[in-house]
Amino acid sequence: MTRVAMAFVSRRAVADEVVQETWLNVVRSLDAFEGRSSLRTWIYTILGNCARRRAEQEQRVVPLSEIAADEASGDELGVMQGRFFESGRWVGMWSTAVSRWEELPEDRVVSSELRTALLEAIDGLPRMQRAVITLRDVEGWSADEVCAYLGLGDGNQRILLHRARAAARSAIERYVEGGTE
Amino acid sequence: MMLTCADIVKLVTDYLEGELTPAERSRFEGHVAICPPCRGYLDQMRTTVELVGDLREEDVPPDMEEHLLVAFRDWRRDE
Repeated sequence: MTRVAMAFVSRRAVADEVVQETWLNVVRSLDAFEGRSSLRTWIYTILGNCARRRAEQEQRVVPLSEIAADEASGDELGVMQGRFFESGRWVGMWSTAVSRWEELPEDRVVSSELRTALLEAIDGLPRMQRAVITLRDVEGWSADEVCAYLGLGDGNQRILLHRARAAARSAIERYVEGGTE
Repeated sequence: MMLTCADIVKLVTDYLEGELTPAERSRFEGHVAICPPCRGYLDQMRTTVELVGDLREEDVPPDMEEHLLVAFRDWRRDE
């Protein structure tokens, strides 16, 4: 929840307060919860409201869409430096091997070490990318739901997701290949 | 024009999101079909999405959730 709150309020301490306030509101307004959405979705709606209110009080409000556009700008599309031929006959083709990640356990259950590595990678992302990957891939929301919640356009949502997933992939790669950074 | 491996890396999210046009989609799949490293990369991305999904903390079981909701509501009423 803090990861999502930080899309709205950039400072960690404020985001923690927003999460606390959210829980207070949840408990206070439980009588209003009618089970029409899941409890989880309902709590995120309250979180969004608290966070937006807080962002308005705290700072000059930069619209999220603007921050998102900023994070989505540039042509960085997850193409890793030095992994493709840059000229000649094979330009744009892989110049290094792509490992099969066979070292990952068969059932693909996240070990606690990999879990930590992935969470660190997500926490290290710019705030909108962090919120998008958390809502899409961790919480399992649809693209439309995330666009509406964060006020993003479809294209930017996808670019943010693309970059965030690329960072998560790199974190797993480092873990699998046991490389020290 | 043929897609390069770098193009596959750029387009992979659009592909997984079902946002490529039918023509782009078939060029993407045509490349991946004959390019083992790109097939590996596509697999890695699918695995990544799966593993990130595993970070989700489980919901409390429905009967427990109901129990907690009732308990909280009662507690509020006693305040």
